[in-house]
Amino acid sequence: MSKHIVLIAAAIALLSACGEKPQTVGSPKSDAPAYTGTVSGFAAPGWKAGDKTAWEQQLKARQQNSQNDYSRMN
Amino acid sequence: MARMKFVCDSERCIECNGCVTACKNENEVPWGVNRRRVVTLNDGVPGEKSISVACMHCSDAPCMAVCPVNCFYRTDEGVVLHDKDVCIGCGYCSYACPFGAPQFPSQGAFGVRGKMDKCTFCAGGPEANGSQAEFEKYGRNRLAEGKLPACAEMCSTKALLAGDGDVVAEIFRTRVVQRGKGAEVWGWGTAYGSQKAGKAPDAGAKS
Repeated sequence: MSKHIVLIAAAIALLSACGEKPQTVGSPKSDAPAYTGTVSGFAAPGWKAGDKTAWEQQLKARQQNSQNDYSRMN
Repeated sequence: MARMKFVCDSERCIECNGCVTACKNENEVPWGVNRRRVVTLNDGVPGEKSISVACMHCSDAPCMAVCPVNCFYRTDEGVVLHDKDVCIGCGYCSYACPFGAPQFPSQGAFGVRGKMDKCTFCAGGPEANGSQAEFEKYGRNRLAEGKLPACAEMCSTKALLAGDGDVVAEIFRTRVVQRGKGAEVWGWGTAYGSQKAGKAPDAGAKS
């Protein structure tokens, strides 16, 4: 009798691997936009976190100042 | 609306690998993973050109199209990012990417692939901006700090341009007009579309 119980328990344990779990395609977590700022404490000065226009202007000014040597030289 | 793009000016790139080092350091990229690398075309031949290559954050990103678990997303600025909690490390994106951008850290025995890692345009990922969790998974979020990607800001000759596509194109156009040559932009058409993209080559054209 106990042998049967052990066999049944083993069979149930083995068959549990055949159970189907739902497979739904995940989606990425939501990401806060960059213009909302950071908590790192290393933000560049000259713009206000949360102001999208100010953030875009900050990046454009940084591009001109750091990457356009023609505008820096003249 | 800003649309973030990369351009590498091959007339200026001196193959110093400063961009590679800056990226590695800024994002603490693990050993064996290179989000950015410098490629030399026609190496050793007079007139050889070097270009810095990473994820170009394509307008119609093939990695997004082939991902079976939909882990990619595009920000409002056109930066292609992915969620490492969703990625299963299948490698499909690696086969689809024309720039070889997706990287896979080797973990454990038998070369088992880990989660995909790639250039984030220094924009982090789907964690709180500037948080420790974001840094450990995706690296530094410089865009949220009002800064440009470290590779471009560190480039000594300003060969690598990054930022708003309109500004990048204008800076590059000014250079081409001034020097009168070097108008070829490697990868621009592939990443951001061109008149020829997706069309059959002209009759008699060499591939």
